[in-house]
Amino acid sequence: MKRRSYFNPARIGIYAFLISAALFFLLPLYVMLVTSVKPMEEIRLGNIFALPLQITLEPWRDAWSGACTGASCEGIRGGFWNSVAITVPSTILPILIGALNGYALSFWKPRGASTLFGILMVGAFIPLQVMIYPLVRVLATFGLFGSLAGIVLVHMIFAMPVMTLLFRNYYAAIPHELFQAARIDGGGFFRIFIHVMLPMSLPIIVVAAIMQVTGVWNDYILGLVFAGRDNAPMTVQLNNVINTTTGTRLYNVNMAATILTSLVPLAIYFISGRWFVRGIAAGAVKG
Amino acid sequence: MRIRHPLRQVIPFAALLPMALTVIVGYLGTVLWSLRISLTNSRSFPSDTFVGMAQYTRLFENERWLLSLHNLALYGVLFIGACLVIGFLLAVFIDQNVTGEGVLRTIFLYPYAMSFVATGLVWQWMLTPGNGIEQAAHQFGFAGFSFDWIVDQDMVIYTVVIATVWQASGLVMAMMLAGLRGIDGEIWKAARLDGIPTWRVYLSIVLPMMWPTIATVLLLLSTAVVKLFDAVVAMTQGGPGTASEVPAKFIMDHLFGRANIALASAGAVVLLVPVLAMLAPYAYARSRKGRA
Repeated sequence: MKRRSYFNPARIGIYAFLISAALFFLLPLYVMLVTSVKPMEEIRLGNIFALPLQITLEPWRDAWSGACTGASCEGIRGGFWNSVAITVPSTILPILIGALNGYALSFWKPRGASTLFGILMVGAFIPLQVMIYPLVRVLATFGLFGSLAGIVLVHMIFAMPVMTLLFRNYYAAIPHELFQAARIDGGGFFRIFIHVMLPMSLPIIVVAAIMQVTGVWNDYILGLVFAGRDNAPMTVQLNNVINTTTGTRLYNVNMAATILTSLVPLAIYFISGRWFVRGIAAGAVKG
Repeated sequence: MRIRHPLRQVIPFAALLPMALTVIVGYLGTVLWSLRISLTNSRSFPSDTFVGMAQYTRLFENERWLLSLHNLALYGVLFIGACLVIGFLLAVFIDQNVTGEGVLRTIFLYPYAMSFVATGLVWQWMLTPGNGIEQAAHQFGFAGFSFDWIVDQDMVIYTVVIATVWQASGLVMAMMLAGLRGIDGEIWKAARLDGIPTWRVYLSIVLPMMWPTIATVLLLLSTAVVKLFDAVVAMTQGGPGTASEVPAKFIMDHLFGRANIALASAGAVVLLVPVLAMLAPYAYARSRKGRA
């Protein structure tokens, strides 16, 4: 590759740039962590970058089980479990349907399916706001509005384009002979799908799962509209805790709540690393 | 011999039924429905009284809507521009055989794993005057330092830019880095033989070669711009006043807060226009390719 001599002005410049950029990117995380373990008196007096003089875990306990959203003061643990309840089916079902779609589109090619797929891909770009009100009405008609099933269904609708695309592209790279052989062996539509295609799809399933879990967990607007009060996901509760509190703002509790809300996607990111990037990149390349 | 069951012919169609329903009801149906509502005088509930383009006229006489469009345009240009420049610079610098590349990449990308709500809230707290960065600067001895953009009507939209660029530029870095690594090493050898300075090679040769990557990034970022909602709600709630209003939030407020679904639907349809304009050439190219 390029030059390899170390310790010249150019290299020092490169590191200076990268290190200052890294500090800028880390700053909010540092501020969050430090703030979340300080008592309020210290926050009021000290500056946000100062290390805590006295470390307390009280804000974390409060954020989890004591912080107030509107009238009730039960912390955001309810939101955490709601988010889990929403995310698990909203990950599994779209992946299954996406895999099935991709499989049918790549190998069986029923008539008209590619037109359907084309519209779906264009649909992926339709602003959410165009679809929200009609979807509210449709779900209300079926009595699903504000229910867990409703929010999962909405996540399925919005995930359909990307999930279908991911699997379609993945199956397109699989030799067609494999499918032909399975058919000659007498395999039917679902037999081939379950016994041949799904076991081969593990890498793409991992990518799809990372995308869905992060996406659904971080979703705010769909949860706000469709989940209803009882199923409000963590992001919605977090915003309620922070932006509807009256009186003094408990910054330490707020920051602990913010970290708690970000913990699941951050954990996925740190554990899966390269897969995470691959998932987003794959999702971005439409068509 | 395989027996051709009539049932077997139907199964692939049946398997695609959820997709067909999603396309017909979820995408096509909702768009037509919103279009229809936008032509009526509906308030809290859909009505059948058609008023033609009246809602669109009202929309474009609405100060708040015009402000939200203006904000979106300003935000879009700054956000996309900043993300591209920062993402590209980070990628180029990381691509210089630096030690600790993995750590740096991890640091630059982690904000992307966080939700816009969380991102917005952290920045709100750091930018609150008298509390965050401002107070810290005072304690470091800069008594006259003032940084109150988040409560300043003219500057507040820039704080949204800062927070969202912080969140998304790492992703641009990751994609640009992949693009850079995909470029043939021979180009670098040839450029070195010709004695072309490195920055010139990046600007005149590498950057144009990365067009497909840049196009993907642009597509991704512009979709994020149109969607901008969570970050504004978390950071400023559209305020101070209506200074950081954006179309997505205008529409949501009129749908659910102000019971004016016709006006909101008109806004949503307007938002659809630039998206379709962007997609039309792409869809056309695709259909041409399909026929060839």
